[in-house]
Amino acid sequence: MQVTINGKSEDLQAGNVMEVLKHKEVDPHMVAVELNTQIVERDQLEATQVKDGDKLEFLFFMGGGR
Amino acid sequence: MSFTEDQITRYSRHILLPEVGGKGQKKISQAKVFVVGAGGLGSPVALYLAAAGIGTIGLIDSDVVDMSNLQRQVLHHTPDVGRSKVLSAKAKIQAINPDVKVETHEARFTAENALELITPYDIVIDGVDNFPAKFLINDACYFADKPLVHGGILRFEGRVFSIIPKKSACYRCIFKEPPPPGLVPSCQEAGIIGVVAGIIGTIQATEALKIILGIGQPLTDRILDFDAQKTAFREIKTKRNPKCKLCGDNPEITKLFEHEQEVCQLRTPGTVGVT
Ligand SMILES: [Zn+2]
Repeated sequence: MQVTINGKSEDLQAGNVMEVLKHKEVDPHMVAVELNTQIVERDQLEATQVKDGDKLEFLFFMGGGR
Repeated sequence: MSFTEDQITRYSRHILLPEVGGKGQKKISQAKVFVVGAGGLGSPVALYLAAAGIGTIGLIDSDVVDMSNLQRQVLHHTPDVGRSKVLSAKAKIQAINPDVKVETHEARFTAENALELITPYDIVIDGVDNFPAKFLINDACYFADKPLVHGGILRFEGRVFSIIPKKSACYRCIFKEPPPPGLVPSCQEAGIIGVVAGIIGTIQATEALKIILGIGQPLTDRILDFDAQKTAFREIKTKRNPKCKLCGDNPEITKLFEHEQEVCQLRTPGTVGVT
């Protein structure tokens, strides 16, 4: 399936959000995940299926400021 | 209130703009902006807001200027090393523009003092360097109903977005709570390319001015991420999260509290955090 991750189109095997995170080697604790502009709750990462044409955003924490 | 001749000259390039004009400049001169943190982000924010003629700038920071701050915290100069950051900041703001009233608090921003501090102000700017403080500022602005301009920086990257409480997505709508301690760098071992603080901070100041003037499209419900290595901005559309523990449909957070401060230790060697 064709999925857009952080603005880049990628060809991935079908799966849930957690599987996509694992495939991209992203620790789920390090990001907030948005699927088609909707935040995916952390306990719903496995239950949420990613479909062809979906747009995923992995928002990494950015804590600095000083 | 009317402007003196000097003030008309000083603000002439603003007044020339149809979107600002004399009326808008008056709004700016009457506005009160509270800046949490007089460091990397707080520096450009305070300098540009001072130059713009903001009526009152409130500043809170408990630190003194360190030599390692000077690479990016442009409010502070070499002779300021060892001096209170808020006092150093006040001197620079008043040198740029004596019209600006500066209220300084040499203190930490805490769950106890947060609401009292921000209540007299119109807008709050996040210029802090740690997650507990970022969540505290977000929550305090929600309870006090103050627009907040969030900013965050890390290494070569930065993030900025505005929050109009109860109307647009808040920090907690997206990030819920701080990451587990030690996982995400945010402390002093981190690196930051100094200019990124300038880029994100000046966008924060821009947002504050737009909110004051009521012009343009505020940076709400969209997160702006900047990557200095690519010189690229990316906009991530978002919206209020009905499950948000703060501003959602069934809020669990009903009063201010502080998340535990993360320990300045990273799991992955070689990676760095930011202060
Ligand atoms: Zn929220």
